[in-house]
Amino acid sequence: MNFFDQLGALFTKYDVLGAFWVNIQLTFWAGLGAFVLGSVLALMRISPVPSLRFVGTAYVHTVRNTPLTILMTLAILGVWTQFQLSFSTNFETNFFVYAVFVLAFYHAAFVCEAIRSGVNTVPVGQAEAARAIGLGFFASARLIIFPQALRGSITPLGNTLIALAKNTTVATVASVAESSGLMKSMIEFDPNMVLAIFFIFAMGFVIIVVPLGVATTRFSRKLAVKR
Amino acid sequence: MKLFTASSDTSTSVLFDAPGPRTRALTRWFNLGAIALLALFMVYVLSVMGAKGQLEAEKWTDLFTAKAWSAYYLPGLVSTLSAAAISVITSIIFGTIFGMARLAQSKIIRWFGTVVVEFFRAVPVLMMMIFFWLFLGKFSAFSPSQLPFIAVVAGLTLYNGSVIAELLRSGVKQLPRGQGEAGLAIGLTPGQTLRSILIPQAMNAMMPALLSQFVVILKDTALGYIISYPELLASARRIGSGDGNVLQTLLLAAIVFIIVNFSLTSLAGWLSTFMSSRTSAPKKKLHHLPGEVDDPNPPTMQMFVLPGHRK
Repeated sequence: MNFFDQLGALFTKYDVLGAFWVNIQLTFWAGLGAFVLGSVLALMRISPVPSLRFVGTAYVHTVRNTPLTILMTLAILGVWTQFQLSFSTNFETNFFVYAVFVLAFYHAAFVCEAIRSGVNTVPVGQAEAARAIGLGFFASARLIIFPQALRGSITPLGNTLIALAKNTTVATVASVAESSGLMKSMIEFDPNMVLAIFFIFAMGFVIIVVPLGVATTRFSRKLAVKR
Repeated sequence: MKLFTASSDTSTSVLFDAPGPRTRALTRWFNLGAIALLALFMVYVLSVMGAKGQLEAEKWTDLFTAKAWSAYYLPGLVSTLSAAAISVITSIIFGTIFGMARLAQSKIIRWFGTVVVEFFRAVPVLMMMIFFWLFLGKFSAFSPSQLPFIAVVAGLTLYNGSVIAELLRSGVKQLPRGQGEAGLAIGLTPGQTLRSILIPQAMNAMMPALLSQFVVILKDTALGYIISYPELLASARRIGSGDGNVLQTLLLAAIVFIIVNFSLTSLAGWLSTFMSSRTSAPKKKLHHLPGEVDDPNPPTMQMFVLPGHRK
């Protein structure tokens, strides 16, 4: 059996694409959750209400400085075993949802900071104009500040999405059947193919991440507000 | 025309009005409501924990026994810190070499540098760790007890070294053109100009970003837990499963991580103000790199006039 036959055999023996599909699904759902929560946090951090600002700041600083691996372990060993909070009777779905929640909570902190750096690019005059025509906090945030801030924060948001895509591999701690776990068991069963196996999985991530980076650069240029 | 200069000072930019009396009263009620909700939630959490026996005093006091610290937490913390420290040094070396490769005169070296850096930035650190752990276990003479450490350092070095290479490149690119031209004008070769004029200044400019990269390194050592490296998280879990208080020990490990990282982050913030006066580079922030999330804090913004701060 030559090298290419063995390589082909790997793909028939293991569901490599299926494992990557799990990573992509994790990225999608966690990305959605992180974006919603991160926007709320950003709104809190720029709001005039001290208590909201405090909660937002505390959240971001705490979560940013905690390793994702610890959060994932805590969610499984702490929340799941102690509180028996179940999202589904199906074990696999349950852990998948747990992983999505943890990834969303973790990356929301980075989304918040990304949006905040976008708010920095909005000239003060915009907010002053919004106030001058009588818009309140929510109206001016929704109609004036956020649309411009989002366009200015495409680059850090894209970088957060890339980091999220790569961090979905940590879901292996929550025993989600994703690609890094599959790579580990493939190498354990076919140790002679270790280099080829690593290369397959590495290229899989290159294929996911590089287009995301290119799209980020393209969109950040296209959507940038000329000032 | 004092009217127009009033709010053009960006450090206290004015996005929203200071809350008036009605908003402040509303805020007070809202805060009370939020505290009540939080209290209810805590009662629920504590009651569940109580029912599970997680509130027993010794599950918490066990965290602070001398034996737990000397046999578990401190060795774990030492493993975490030593893996992080070694990775910091190796990634700076890796980053300098490949950052210079990406700035080299030769097209082939530049191309090689780009491929290596882009590849290692795209692959998840965890995957590299798992690969080195199993690969070196089969094809090398390292003793099995050393393998996880080597795999952790290798994975962290390749990823963070590549990020540092990019930082170095963009740091050099953002220096004023005159710096390099002056180097060439006094007869230095392009290589000498890069090494003795451009890189030292770029290093200064990238210092804050470099420090926040160290936070990333420190956080990512926790991935070593997955490949059985006995770092802080692993030891917390080990002692926790023994004593039946995993929840508490993991919380403790998280707090230790937060404290160490928070001090590093604060140091980064302090350094960035200190360093900004020590380079001829424009005060522009290094642009965000793909895959990079731990950017230095955006400057603190106050989107509204704080009471008493109105100009």
